[in-house]
Amino acid sequence: MIFPGIRDIAAALDRGDYSVRELTEQCLSDARTANERLNCLITIADERALAQADAIDRARARGDTGTLAGVPLVHKDIYCTEGLPTTCASRMLANFTAPYSATVVERLDAAGMVTFAKANLDEFAMGSSNENSHFGAVANPWDTDRVPGGSSGGSAASVAAGLTPVATGTDTGGSIRQPASFCGISGIKPTYGRVSRYGMIAFASSLDQGGVLARDVEDLALVLGAMAGYDERDSTSSSHDDAWLEGVSHTGVGMPDRSLTIGLPLEYFEHHTGSVALVDAAKATLEAAGARFVDVSLPNTAAAIPAYYIIAGAEASTNLSRYDGVRFGYRCENTDSIEELYERSRSEAFGAEVKRRILTGTYALSVGYYDAYYLKAQKIRRLIQNDFLRAFESVDLLLTPTTPGVAFRRGELTGDPVAMYQQDVYTTPASLAGLPAMSLPCGMHERLPVGMQLIGPHFAERALLQAGALYQRETDWHSLTPDIGEHPSADSPVQKEES
Amino acid sequence: MNDWEPAIGLEVHVQLATHSKIFSGTSTAFGAAPNTQANAVDLGLPGVLPVLNEAAVRMAVTFGLAIGAEVNRRSVFDRKNYFYPDLPKGYQISQFEHPIVGPGHLRITMEDGSARDIGITRAHLEEDAGKSVHDAIPGMTGVDLNRTGTPLLEVVSDPDLRTAEEAGAYFRTLHALVKALRICDGDLSQGSMRCDANVSVRKTGDEKLGERTEIKNINSFRFVELAVRHEIGRQIDILEAGGAIERETRQFDADEGVTRPMRTKEYSEDYRYFPDPDLLPVEVTDELIDSIRASMPELPEVRAGRYRDELALSAYDAGRLAADPDVADYFDAVYAVCGEAKLSANWILGELAASLNRDTLSIEDSPVPASQLGLLISRVADDTLSNSAASTVFATLWSAGEGDVDEIIAAQGLRQMNDSSALEQVVAEVLTNHPEQAAQFRDGKEKILGFLVGQVMKATQGKANPRQVNELLREALK
Amino acid sequence: MDKLNITHLAKLSQLALSDSERAHVEQDLAHIIDMVDHMASVDTNSVEPLAHPLDAVQRLRPDEVTEEVNRNRFQRGAPATEAGLYLVPRVIE
Repeated sequence: MIFPGIRDIAAALDRGDYSVRELTEQCLSDARTANERLNCLITIADERALAQADAIDRARARGDTGTLAGVPLVHKDIYCTEGLPTTCASRMLANFTAPYSATVVERLDAAGMVTFAKANLDEFAMGSSNENSHFGAVANPWDTDRVPGGSSGGSAASVAAGLTPVATGTDTGGSIRQPASFCGISGIKPTYGRVSRYGMIAFASSLDQGGVLARDVEDLALVLGAMAGYDERDSTSSSHDDAWLEGVSHTGVGMPDRSLTIGLPLEYFEHHTGSVALVDAAKATLEAAGARFVDVSLPNTAAAIPAYYIIAGAEASTNLSRYDGVRFGYRCENTDSIEELYERSRSEAFGAEVKRRILTGTYALSVGYYDAYYLKAQKIRRLIQNDFLRAFESVDLLLTPTTPGVAFRRGELTGDPVAMYQQDVYTTPASLAGLPAMSLPCGMHERLPVGMQLIGPHFAERALLQAGALYQRETDWHSLTPDIGEHPSADSPVQKEES
Repeated sequence: MNDWEPAIGLEVHVQLATHSKIFSGTSTAFGAAPNTQANAVDLGLPGVLPVLNEAAVRMAVTFGLAIGAEVNRRSVFDRKNYFYPDLPKGYQISQFEHPIVGPGHLRITMEDGSARDIGITRAHLEEDAGKSVHDAIPGMTGVDLNRTGTPLLEVVSDPDLRTAEEAGAYFRTLHALVKALRICDGDLSQGSMRCDANVSVRKTGDEKLGERTEIKNINSFRFVELAVRHEIGRQIDILEAGGAIERETRQFDADEGVTRPMRTKEYSEDYRYFPDPDLLPVEVTDELIDSIRASMPELPEVRAGRYRDELALSAYDAGRLAADPDVADYFDAVYAVCGEAKLSANWILGELAASLNRDTLSIEDSPVPASQLGLLISRVADDTLSNSAASTVFATLWSAGEGDVDEIIAAQGLRQMNDSSALEQVVAEVLTNHPEQAAQFRDGKEKILGFLVGQVMKATQGKANPRQVNELLREALK
Repeated sequence: MDKLNITHLAKLSQLALSDSERAHVEQDLAHIIDMVDHMASVDTNSVEPLAHPLDAVQRLRPDEVTEEVNRNRFQRGAPATEAGLYLVPRVIE
């Protein structure tokens, strides 16, 4: 493990083993080196990071800081950061700098985290492999010929490669959980509404949810606690209070206060892959730790992928209409008419997958198709949510595989969008239902990480995280790291500058 | 002409008089430099989100209650998708399937006093678009997004209107209503109310409506009448010649007094309405409805009725006063001082209106406050002032922008001569000095009396009461 | 399902597709539509559509002017502006 946990970093900073500036400089230099192989970062933000680091060093000297102060952070490049480019991995926004910061960015800044880079992603978060980026594909640190998953692929690869202890992500249909699974790290998508979407560039508004990727559950909770909470600038932000989450930096995640009943949805275990076998092993581990397992059924699971792709496409098709080359972003050259300006700017600046989603969504909303596609998908969404609500009458959480398989080779699914979409078969149902869900490493298959997914009822992040903490107390999978060659050793995260 | 029956429906966009925009905290003030009132939300920048303005909801509910409509307890904002440079997000946030205000009605009164209830299909909240400027930069269109996000209430009438006059009356009545409710400033010159008219004609007795055309963006009461009248005539001409009406969008050319087809879009309109996932359903609670009902101002129709029935004003005067709540409030204040309804109406709709008009002032900014006009009218009513002297006092108050009626009367010696013995003496003198005219009157030349009255008035420096002078002269010439 | 009218969809979406792109997109969309057509097999009679995962209502913001607009800041990244206006090719109304 290259980075210790956040609490270890905080302790080292408290002891004066290194300063925030030294830690940040190390991160910047490691990031620059590793990025050549992994391409996981779009922007490395030396100036902003060092200014922040110096400010935190001063605040630390005054004793005026919390646990997260000085901890390095990478933001998925979908969060607007005032003063730094925000590209969404699109040619459309390649030169865009937002004149505001996302609420998530403001809150983590306020907690003293040091943002030193912005992570690569699938363009506008549309993809499951991080191959759809204007800035190029991201490599999986476990096998650089393979994809890290997507769309938060740059975030996941950065954490897995030890460039940062934690990264933000966003999850619309699995975009945190699937890359966490492919990269052997932990990732949480909170309940819809838990994390403000203000300043988080929209893909599909009723599904998008900000979240965290880190090595272990404790770090997920620490950062989630700082970024979550009601935001008056987001109408869909929930005012549901969670004193536990707010106080988690003091209390720690801890263990479940009672024996858990965990459901195994039959529909998620129909295909017997290597991953499924490892989830079975995880079940045995949790059972040994006191959890009780029951079979449940979520009968509408198979309809989740189509419903998800219709709803996400429909919302995306209109969310992306604002990219028209008029007020910001890419504009094509030499146009005579407004129609030409729109068509060429958008066609030249959007990648193939983005265009596919826009066209699919436009189709689903257009006259004559609305009822058969969009409205039908919304009704299926209700059925899927009802399936979950019924299951949660008898179980605390659900355990499933995160993905059907391990990280695939780059190019393996290119040209077959439908096969690519099947990657999200286990992650889209919780997204449609707005439920919190988390992927944790649960083993290795053919020398690649495998993830398992825990899904909880709305706002049950506590139960979810505590179950995860229980599992990670019993296992070491989250501590495995890829061999990435010339990196500093696990024992000394930072080499002191000699002066 | 008798064979054809027009059916007209109006869609009126009412700009709501909120301080801030419907989905952002930017000012809605009119007339700022381009794009200085457009923030990240109004500009549709990436990642920003709409949050609904409470006042816009209250105003919509107020309107709904005023037209006796069902206020929907749950309404939904939808996205209406199309590309246009003045529409920054590529969609307009509007209400399609579930508007906040359901069916209601508006009573219009025609000049002959006849009244009719016009059905209102619905009224929904939406955001205004920006403006395209075509003449600022040669060869280019400039986009000013200050107006973007100004709250609109779109009020859609049933196709109940039958004549151009009714269409005009409906627009005027709606204007008076939204002003009285204080949900719109009613300034048509600034686009605060914009009207689209759907016009069709059918054979009298037919149940089915004929094919309609839509005349876009009519922004004055008179133009609504002119545009609709022209369009009805145009459609009848086509139908009588055996032609068919083509469904299209037209615009009114005020210079020529005709409607013309607008440039049609290249592709069929398919707005792909669907619920805006950035906004949640709007809930209107009983508490909100009760609080709005409790603070509901008197509606123009009710106020005009009160002026007619209780104050014996003519329907015309009552309607004109009640059409503007500021005018009506001013009238109420004047009447409270003087107790003279008819005189108050005459002064306000006459001399005061003319002066306001001349100096382009609104009644709230009148240099003559209602209290002083009330006092002035009292002094006319009690014969202290002649009408001409009253005009002098009014002009003095107006130009000074301050002052007291009684002090002005005293300072300028404008008190009317009501002492008949003194006046009798003046009358006698005038008759002595003008024996020829006196003789002419006695010979039956009635008209000459005016000359003699004038001489008395002159001799008294206008202070005599003309009515009294008249009587005294007639008496003396018997 | 009717034959896909890609031209219409592209027009609505303001996307210009080259001929080769169009052929690809047409094929991809046909596959995607085959996939989503599986929804038809789910019985959704008398099911209320779910537009939003949480059962909540819209929060209302007080009617206050809270934004100071700095036009320069917003127009810094704009492709073309003059006299405070965003410029586009002439639009004929």
